[in-house]
Amino acid sequence: MEEKSTTSANEMKIIGFLCNWCSYGGADTAGVSRLKQPTDLRVIRIPCTGRMDPLFVLKALISGIDGVLVSGCHPKDCHYAVGNFYARRRLEVLKEFLPFLGIDADRFHYTWVSASEGQRWQEVVTEFSQRIHELGRNPGVGTKTKTENSVEAY
Amino acid sequence: MRIGVFVCQCGTNIASTVDTERVAEAARRLPDVVYSTTYVYTCSEPGQQEIQRAIEAYNLQGVVVAACSPRMHEPTFRRAVEKAGLNRYMFEMANIREHVSWISNDREANTKKAIELVRMAVAKLRFNQPLFPSRVAINKRVMIIGGGVAGIQAALDCADAGLQVVLVERKASIGGKMAQLDKTFPTIDCSSCILGPKMVDVAQKENITLYAYSEIESVSGYVGNFTVKIRKKATYVDWTACTGCGVCMEKCPSRKVLDEFNEELSFTRAISIPFPQAIPKKATINPKYCLHFTKGKCGICSKVCPAKAIRYDMTDEVVTEEVGAIIVATGYDLFDPSAYGEYGAGQYRDVITGIQYERILSASGPFGGHIKRPSDGKEPKDVVFIACVGSRDASVGRPYCSGVCCMYIAKQAILTKDHIPDSRCYVFYMDIRAPGKNYDEFVRRAQEEYGVQYIRGRVGKIYPKGDRLVVQGMDTLLGVQIEVEADLVVLATGIEASKGARELAEKLHISYDQYGFFMENHPKLRPVETNTAGIYLAGACQGPKDIPASVAQGSAAASKVLALFARDTIETSPQVASVNERACIACGKCIEVCPYGAIRWKELKGGIKKAEVLATVCQGCGLCNATCPPKAIQLQHATDNQILAEIEELCA
Ligand SMILES: Cc1cc2nc3c(=O)[nH]c(=O)nc-3n(C[C@H](O)[C@H](O)[C@H](O)COP(=O)(O)OP(=O)(O)OC[C@H]3O[C@@H](n4cnc5c(N)ncnc54)[C@H](O)[C@@H]3O)c2cc1C
Ligand code: SF4
Ligand code: SF4
Repeated sequence: MEEKSTTSANEMKIIGFLCNWCSYGGADTAGVSRLKQPTDLRVIRIPCTGRMDPLFVLKALISGIDGVLVSGCHPKDCHYAVGNFYARRRLEVLKEFLPFLGIDADRFHYTWVSASEGQRWQEVVTEFSQRIHELGRNPGVGTKTKTENSVEAY
Repeated sequence: MRIGVFVCQCGTNIASTVDTERVAEAARRLPDVVYSTTYVYTCSEPGQQEIQRAIEAYNLQGVVVAACSPRMHEPTFRRAVEKAGLNRYMFEMANIREHVSWISNDREANTKKAIELVRMAVAKLRFNQPLFPSRVAINKRVMIIGGGVAGIQAALDCADAGLQVVLVERKASIGGKMAQLDKTFPTIDCSSCILGPKMVDVAQKENITLYAYSEIESVSGYVGNFTVKIRKKATYVDWTACTGCGVCMEKCPSRKVLDEFNEELSFTRAISIPFPQAIPKKATINPKYCLHFTKGKCGICSKVCPAKAIRYDMTDEVVTEEVGAIIVATGYDLFDPSAYGEYGAGQYRDVITGIQYERILSASGPFGGHIKRPSDGKEPKDVVFIACVGSRDASVGRPYCSGVCCMYIAKQAILTKDHIPDSRCYVFYMDIRAPGKNYDEFVRRAQEEYGVQYIRGRVGKIYPKGDRLVVQGMDTLLGVQIEVEADLVVLATGIEASKGARELAEKLHISYDQYGFFMENHPKLRPVETNTAGIYLAGACQGPKDIPASVAQGSAAASKVLALFARDTIETSPQVASVNERACIACGKCIEVCPYGAIRWKELKGGIKKAEVLATVCQGCGLCNATCPPKAIQLQHATDNQILAEIEELCA
């Protein structure tokens, strides 16, 4: 896989919400196999995609994060039996809803990657990062205010 | 909060593509961070000691380690901080190895990414709370559902270890399908000779309580403490009085009752004992045929019973049992071959199923062990076996292999030749699957020593000709049409999930696959555990299985229960949901979505209802958290505030 040269200047801000039981492990597997990937993604570990509150995606996209990726267990493989089915329903509705807020639905993607699928993870990250680079910066929604928590850059 | 950050170099695994010094320096400038450093191998003994030293020296209240994946060393570091007096949940990890240093060589981008991941971990940590596991006492009794060979094995192993065992079987006798078999492959030992003594053992063990003719009504509770309601179906016979003498059965005038144990090849009476070796050996009245129930007269059994055990007024009874673990061993049922019209099952009396043939072969069967065909009682000379009837055929919704048919066909063909030496056996098959120990050798014996003719190909049609049947098929190896005239056709009907399996799974909160077989926790590493703690699987209820595999699983499930019961209490994870009662609007949505039934109503003073999480049942998926409209229910250690803090840190 070709390595995209990123510098701090042209790097995009992408958040990945990964299920602890499958995709987080898949991302680990990709790392252990040294499968090179774009560096734009920051991962947040969640117990199950069923934990995914659409609010998390909205919060990020409204605040100007350039892309949000959610990845969980393959249908029927959910560690908690049914969590990913609820996630699928919710996130599907969310995707429909994003354009009404003035957010390009392409900035949001959800998929399934198991703990053993390191290679698949590499492909998912590479494709999604490329897509976001093509879309360019996300202006966010409304007036962008800095959040209270924000800290001065290092 | 006073936070310490430890950036691991992992030798050069991290340090070669991440400037760890710069990461530690950036961390030091974050609010609340009072100490930050790098270390060459943080997970090593001295590395952990360095963390413990810093906790004391700087009076740290929370710790972030930026190193490998938390799936690798989170438990290690949690133990380390706990030893220094911190709560183990006042700890976060930033994964800067698998997710950073190993996937890119761009040192600048990696360093920036590592710094951001550390910032996110610190942001989350600010919202962390000390959490404490609960301990629950274990009720060291075990329930086994299903009394086939798998369930019997599990029950005996648990009972031998001294546990109190409750065995629930829905039929009037235990034994399952194995009790109906004549001989068993690949050793051809007599099925009831090896199963019979185990069944007797079940009856004789004082620490096994057997509920036969009973079904599970409801299950509540959680690992260590389940409450199970059992419906004891009315038998109309007082089993404590019945001695199993069988006089009632002899005298009963209602004689046209199809015998289920003999697969409807013979008749039994309206009051019957299922088979001579039944455990328990007790009579049951079938009210559909009993003249007392259908015509309001008769009463003969009541008159002849020497033990005065008949109770026409008996009703179902629901009893409650409390157990700490449950083993599900409900076995399988068989595919209904009438789905294949071309085979004429149900239409021609001499087209029978494999399990019917087992009964015919059996000395305790409908013909006393003489092979006769059902239509006219003649001894068959040409017997055709058809494999994969309802197996490996997506067109009838059964794409999977039933696993045992190839083997039992070989067995039945050998036994046919033993009974009738001048008989000829033909087998229509797709592939021969015989992967067990001595299995392939067994099939070869059928072919080579017994001269059973194997024809690779599917049967297209069966039609009668005089008093015989013509089996028309394709020999795909020779590429020719083939016709065999047969006296008897045996269909190897496939294994399917036992009736009511889905309903039972839902009562137990365990999952099942698209065919209704119960799902194991991990197909390779946790084959007898379900996703619900304290509930285990054994035998063909998990998927097609032969007797050796079913017995092995019975013992495996018993050993899991014994391991669970080796302690008096179990620790449950504190990463569970909890309800803010003031915010809860009692909509009940969380109760609806929880896959584990971990949320229930709690009544406050004045009759106000609020949701309440049973901490020991909750598995920590967070589905309720994402569902709750006012966000009243929060998953500890992954609360909205904690996740939002991570997002906001990145937006900043
Ligand atoms: C024709 C034929 C021949 C075979 N020959 C051989 C052979 O020679 N060698 C071999 O190794 N294997 C053979 N097998 C396979 C063998 O029958 C199975 O491996 C074995 O019976 C599986 O045991 P089990 O305990 O898992 O299931 P089962 O034998 O099906 O037992 C399950 C028990 O659970 C009970 N039950 C079901 N649902 C409930 C419920 N909801 N509540 C309470 N109880 C319930 C049932 O009544 C039954 O008693 C053969 C199978 C067939 C069809
Ligand atoms: S979903 Fe939320 S508000 Fe509704 S009952 Fe559950 S905790 Fe209460
Ligand atoms: S976190 Fe999951 S298991 Fe726990 S109460 Fe909520 S829905 Fe049920």
